[in-house]
Amino acid sequence: MNLHEYQSKQLFREYGIAVPEGILVDTPEAAVRAAEKLGGDLWVIKAQVHAGGRGKAGGVKFARSMDEVHRYTAEMLDTRLVTHQSGAEGLPVNLVYVEFGSSIDRELYLSMLVDRENSQISFIASEAGGMDIEQVADDTPEKIVTASVVAASGIQPYQVRELAAGLNLDKSQSRQFAELLSNIYRLFQECDASLVEVNPLIVTKDGDVVALDAKITIEENALFRQERLVKMRDISQENVAEREAEENGLNYVSLDGNIACMVNGAGLAMATMDLIKLHGGQPANFLDVGGGATVDRVATAFKIIIANENVTAILVNIFGGIVRCDLIAEGIITAVREIGVTCPVVVRLEGTNVDKGKVLLAESKLDIITADDLTDAALKVITASEC
Amino acid sequence: MSILINKESRIICQGITGNQGSFHTQNCLEYGSQVVAGVNPGRGGEKHLGLPIFNTMREAVNQTGARVSMIYVPAPFAADAILEAADSGIELIVCITEGIPVLDMVKVKSALRSFDCRLIGPNCPGIITPKECKIGIMPGFIHMKGDIGVVSRSGTLTYEAVYQTTQNGLGQSTCVGIGGDPVRGMGFIDCLALFQNDPQTKGVVMVGEIGGTEEEEAAAYIQSEISKPVVAYIAGVTAPAGKRMGHAGAIIAGGKGSAEDKFKALDLAGVATVRSPAELGHMMLQLVKD
Repeated sequence: MNLHEYQSKQLFREYGIAVPEGILVDTPEAAVRAAEKLGGDLWVIKAQVHAGGRGKAGGVKFARSMDEVHRYTAEMLDTRLVTHQSGAEGLPVNLVYVEFGSSIDRELYLSMLVDRENSQISFIASEAGGMDIEQVADDTPEKIVTASVVAASGIQPYQVRELAAGLNLDKSQSRQFAELLSNIYRLFQECDASLVEVNPLIVTKDGDVVALDAKITIEENALFRQERLVKMRDISQENVAEREAEENGLNYVSLDGNIACMVNGAGLAMATMDLIKLHGGQPANFLDVGGGATVDRVATAFKIIIANENVTAILVNIFGGIVRCDLIAEGIITAVREIGVTCPVVVRLEGTNVDKGKVLLAESKLDIITADDLTDAALKVITASEC
Repeated sequence: MSILINKESRIICQGITGNQGSFHTQNCLEYGSQVVAGVNPGRGGEKHLGLPIFNTMREAVNQTGARVSMIYVPAPFAADAILEAADSGIELIVCITEGIPVLDMVKVKSALRSFDCRLIGPNCPGIITPKECKIGIMPGFIHMKGDIGVVSRSGTLTYEAVYQTTQNGLGQSTCVGIGGDPVRGMGFIDCLALFQNDPQTKGVVMVGEIGGTEEEEAAAYIQSEISKPVVAYIAGVTAPAGKRMGHAGAIIAGGKGSAEDKFKALDLAGVATVRSPAELGHMMLQLVKD
């Protein structure tokens, strides 16, 4: 679950991590009042969306007068911001964060994440702040320093020294940095984060180390014990179909193609999409109906799938293990009848009670195309999608 | 022979009294697995599915001498269950539970280094040696005793691979579902090493998916250490970057972990890759025949 910048900074403040003063607003008038309250002569107007790359996309503006504060805020609110991470449709800007303009001496990069390669929590730091860290890793890997924390001992002083040296921090800055690292580590663990990213982390002209941006992702599996953070969820930033699927216990990701898939199991669902592509088709979605696929779940899955206007054919691929194929067949028949699926449906069933399932489909008199194996299913659905 | 489990394996089920635990333990017993006890704190002394229930793992291990555990404990308590098993002298822990917080697993992985035990999972279908022992949720009837080792990060896609090697008459020595979480127990390399040393195993089917770099590391390992034929498939060629594809671990993040990168690494290492999951069994048959 992603948090907005203003929410992440609120957590940073609670954990004693230095951030610039800022106020959240939802009208241009409120933005002007906020700027007056903050004082100074430079304000940063920041669109609050769940995507990086806001700066280049016009979602971060520097205002030097109240007129500009008003204008930039008005220009951002109630639009959709398209960044290189947001997808083509962009994300709605419902809130804007007005921040006191900092005087920047140096821009650095700092993040903390779960490192799957060594099963530890790792810090990544770089002198090249304000840029895409993936780009830095490709172009100038020598500018990246990392430290992995052993769970039992926590972050150690030598690791702080190594990271600080990699960032060329002086003595006073290193001291601030050490405190910052230990605070971020505490936040990371207590909030069940999977990512905390500060890009840029700045050194101000006064020599202060400050988090100018803040991005926090909370790990989905831990949400059950993060009630307070769950309330920070902003569903306006999420894909409607993906959210509806999630609420019904389905895993759905929409794609650009025209052949919809409904599969049990995440790996098989990906493999089914790949197979469609391999044989020249274009998958319209990833959809995992899960292990306990019931008639209701199958029906909901069909509803979500056909809500996508690009879909011209549907492939149902079920490997029944614990799930019985005859139950799945009943689910498909009910769903197709009740929802009125109009595009061709190709069904491949395998596993427990597969013969019963096939008989049910045949006797239903519905226009359902059955397939014998994976390749047969892919070829048939591609042909059907082209009619 | 087989790897990790056989007909002698004696198993304790943690979380045996829950819905999932009951249902799947029953299936395992019917398959012939020697589940000898269950653990549920507070229900010690009772019987469930005809098996004795103990309050603690230590008690269960002391009373039964079992050295394998199968875990269905709900996610919030699963990390504790894994460590309890390890601390009680269990040698192989199979954790089926899905949805364990990743920071819990970071701590578990770190703590397990102090114990002489192996962990399979979490968030996995389990492990099976056909006709001998099934520990997990996989449908037993698609398996057949035979020569092929199967190791996979996926669930139903594993069944697909298994089913193909059954249909073409090869059968399986042991199948291990290592699970779809980013921080987990045994990996591809651990299983490949065991299959290499198992005389029964003539070849290995490896099913990977997007996310992480474990398949790339396995590719290098196969090139230098594995003399048996390996067929590999990677799911997720069409997966978009930055999206979590069902499994917590199946995500292309920061430009790393794409299916193409993994296929490339495996191809370069001389592993027989298939671009279609429907070709896994056929390709294995060809390699074993040669």
